[in-house]
Amino acid sequence: MLAWTVYISFIGVVALMLLPASQARRARGVALLAALFGLAVGVVGVVTRATGMQTVVRKPWIPDLGISFYLGADGISLTLVLLTGLAAVVGILFSWNIETRAKEFFAFYLALIGGVYGVFLSFDLFLLFVFYELAIIPKYFLIAIWGSTNREYGAMKLALYSFVGSAMVLVGIISAYVVAGGKTMNLLELAQFPFPIAFQHWAFPLVFIGFAILAGIWPFHTWAPTGHVAAPTAASMLLAGVVMKLGAYGALRVAMTLFPQGLVFWRNEIALLAVIGIVYGAMVALVQKDFKFVIGYSSVSHMGFVLLGLVTINSIGLNGAVLQMFSHGIIAGLLFAVVGRMVYDRTHTRDLTVLEGMNLSKALPFAAGTFAVAAFASMGLPGFSGFAAELQVLIGAWSAFPTFAVLAGFGILVGVAYTLRVLQKSFFGEPVPDAEHAPHPLPPISIPERIGAVILLAATVVVGLFPNLLLTMIDDGFKTHLFDAVLRNGGAS
Amino acid sequence: MGLRGIMNHFPILTILTATPLAGALLLLLLPAGNQRLARGLALAFGLLGLLWVALMWVNFDATSTKFQFPEQHDWIESLGAQYYLGVDGLGLLMVLLTAIVTPIAMLASWRINDKVSTYMALMLMLQSGLFGTFTALNFFHWFIFWELSLVPAFFLIKLWGGPGRSAAATQFFIYTMVGSVAMLLSFLAIFWATKTFDFKLLADMGQSGQLTSALNAAFDGWLPSRHDFLPLVIFAGVFLGFAVKVPLVPFHTWLPSAYAEAPTGTTMMLTGVMSKMGVYGFLRILVPLFPEQMRLVLTPLLWFAVATIVLSACSAFAQRDLKRVFAYSSINHLGYCLLGIFAVVKFTGGEEPWNNEKAAALNGVLLQMFNHGLTASILFCFVGYLEQRSGGLRGLNDFGGLRKVAPIFCGLMGISIFASLGLPGLNGFVGEFLIFKGSFSLATWATALSVIGLLVTAIFLLTMIQRVFNGPLNVKWSGLPDLSWPERFVVLPATALMFLIGLCPQILIGKINVTVMHLVEQLKF
Repeated sequence: MLAWTVYISFIGVVALMLLPASQARRARGVALLAALFGLAVGVVGVVTRATGMQTVVRKPWIPDLGISFYLGADGISLTLVLLTGLAAVVGILFSWNIETRAKEFFAFYLALIGGVYGVFLSFDLFLLFVFYELAIIPKYFLIAIWGSTNREYGAMKLALYSFVGSAMVLVGIISAYVVAGGKTMNLLELAQFPFPIAFQHWAFPLVFIGFAILAGIWPFHTWAPTGHVAAPTAASMLLAGVVMKLGAYGALRVAMTLFPQGLVFWRNEIALLAVIGIVYGAMVALVQKDFKFVIGYSSVSHMGFVLLGLVTINSIGLNGAVLQMFSHGIIAGLLFAVVGRMVYDRTHTRDLTVLEGMNLSKALPFAAGTFAVAAFASMGLPGFSGFAAELQVLIGAWSAFPTFAVLAGFGILVGVAYTLRVLQKSFFGEPVPDAEHAPHPLPPISIPERIGAVILLAATVVVGLFPNLLLTMIDDGFKTHLFDAVLRNGGAS
Repeated sequence: MGLRGIMNHFPILTILTATPLAGALLLLLLPAGNQRLARGLALAFGLLGLLWVALMWVNFDATSTKFQFPEQHDWIESLGAQYYLGVDGLGLLMVLLTAIVTPIAMLASWRINDKVSTYMALMLMLQSGLFGTFTALNFFHWFIFWELSLVPAFFLIKLWGGPGRSAAATQFFIYTMVGSVAMLLSFLAIFWATKTFDFKLLADMGQSGQLTSALNAAFDGWLPSRHDFLPLVIFAGVFLGFAVKVPLVPFHTWLPSAYAEAPTGTTMMLTGVMSKMGVYGFLRILVPLFPEQMRLVLTPLLWFAVATIVLSACSAFAQRDLKRVFAYSSINHLGYCLLGIFAVVKFTGGEEPWNNEKAAALNGVLLQMFNHGLTASILFCFVGYLEQRSGGLRGLNDFGGLRKVAPIFCGLMGISIFASLGLPGLNGFVGEFLIFKGSFSLATWATALSVIGLLVTAIFLLTMIQRVFNGPLNVKWSGLPDLSWPERFVVLPATALMFLIGLCPQILIGKINVTVMHLVEQLKF
């Protein structure tokens, strides 16, 4: 049944292409319907889940090469499917006002969503790769056509970085396939295969970094701020919220399970890169003049926590990493929604100095309140999902890399600083009495925007107060056979 | 026993913490503009808190050392996070202080005109955060409220404060967060080593030395293996979190601006209750968990306490802005609390003659926490009234001879000033006397030097009285209205309480003494 998340997205694409042109209203309605359906399927999947891994669809595809159409779900997949569902629905709500070529916009949007669902549910490496690549094309067009600042450059940079990463992954996957006898692309079977240690020493970093480029690992992260800034709101929400998680997920699902000894060999270096990402991302965010760039760099910083959690290789850290994937997905969605849709679409500026003089807290109180809550959630304030996630990552990090744990703590502090700075400048600045720029009243926040914001806010608060709702699922996911070797090699429980 | 039995199963603590939150939510949903309703509703919820605390006070078993009105539920088992509430004498005292100061602070904010419902909602959220902090017994649960109390305080300063409010609010927030993050990291390390966030269990481990050995075992090889280095680093993290909050010199620099720029009602909450969060943390968490480490760094700590007492008093003397005078004076008064705590830590427990001194010192610390909370908030209330009448002026030299035109104002404020000074018969004396009595035998030199603080405090307070109340009447103020009847209603109950506690401190000591004795016995190291 979970496969329907993928199917309905692509059916939605086809439906949209068949719509008569320039019917914006119909287009967004169709898209919303598809996204809601996907979300509903995801929710039902979560509620009716069985322990361990379940096979959803398994049909031979290219039997001679051992490739099958193999979709399955465990706790980790379900968490991310849920995230995708939420992000998809909310993204459409925040794109309710798109008029130019709405049909194509939503078609590309649904194609992206479909690809993402596919990645999260694939247990055949070839299938996973296909979906992974499939997701890159719609991204390019979404940014290049409907984006803003530097959109063609941003789109191209993003696509190129993604392709380079995918190329690295492809080389790794094919080598693994060959070394394991060239018989199967089934992830579970391949994970059982004892790859030679020497092979793992180069295959692991190739595949891990290849995926992690999309997760924004330092120093291969530079596509992210540019791409996010260039993208239209819904696209940046999806990019930061979900697509970056594709990279982290791939690193976890493929690189770590196939090459557990390689992971142990390289974990300190990766942890170092992760921590640099956390601190560097935060420090750069602190000096940005463009509102969206602050959020873009903050994504790099938060994803650093995910990567750090992944390489702690103990169950608390790993759980924290996946929880952070979910949490940051929601929070990034909120932040980009406010910056892009609520503020930029109305004020047509993202320059913090100009915004500071606009006293937006009076003009857009709902946006101010939403951003304030989102900012505190982003800072990792307890009561919101980010705290629970970062807490676990840090506990896990204490076990594996105590020094990095302390550095990550420092990163949190810089996070507080840049978040407070941007909150202050964007909404709570001193109004500048400027006769030239007499502000014309800004259009109020529309109903779809409010609904979207409330959904995301509720999600982060609920998960913040009751993280067990997701943690039991996630923990369960890590207890499957797939992760046996990973956790055993990690040495700690 | 029946009512008490019922009380022990009735989730009074959850209700206590949830009531202000419910009020805040209600206020946020009110249509803006109906100011009277907002103020009235807020006050009602504030007083409701007082009612709950009164119920607790009456049903509190002053002979038991256990945590009372307990509520314990699993929350996130994999993280050892529990929803765990309970009060002992210390918690009860702090909760009482919060319940008393909050309505008074709301009344002092009656003249706020801008976004009243948001202001009052934030006050209620702050009260909820404070109730939560003083009743939580599991770190995860406790930390949520500790951090959550920062957010309303930040917005209260930022949106309704004086001209320097942006910088003051940001500095306040970031400074406190630095301490909090350090504390968080340390506690996560502790969790990794011991797998628990429960304050009671950790305190037991701290007393028996198990905590230190667990930390050493869990992080074997990370830091230089000089035996005590790692636990000391962990201790430093937690210490920083609380030292910033109290504040302890030199971590105090955020305070004067924050107090001065905040609107009156907020300053009352800041000085009356939020500063006690830090001292509470020392008593509830730092000392029980890290006795060995505290003894190791005791001498520098004592000197920090002395510096806090003396330097802040001298700084207060140099201030020209009345609010800053009292801000530095707050730092000074809290320094006495820390002096008492550090002095108690100095000697190994169990030795009979010292137990009395320790009990005296700790009783003094708790009393000082309560009394200063009451007195300082009323003092800021008075300054607020003065500021309203003078159109924003609150300089030491802006006034003069006010006694001639506003005798009741000067009289009542004078009582509060003398209470702050520590005049016998008023509440401030009892706490300070007990602290000095206890600490003198335990840490003689530090206590002797701290007397300087008392002297300087007397000097600047009397100077204030002379410059503002006495002397020739400044013609500008010849039409200054005296304290109106509504304003008298705000300050009279507190003033009466100052006399009551000053003359019959037993009312408070009766409830807290058993807890204090228990703390003293526990601190065997």
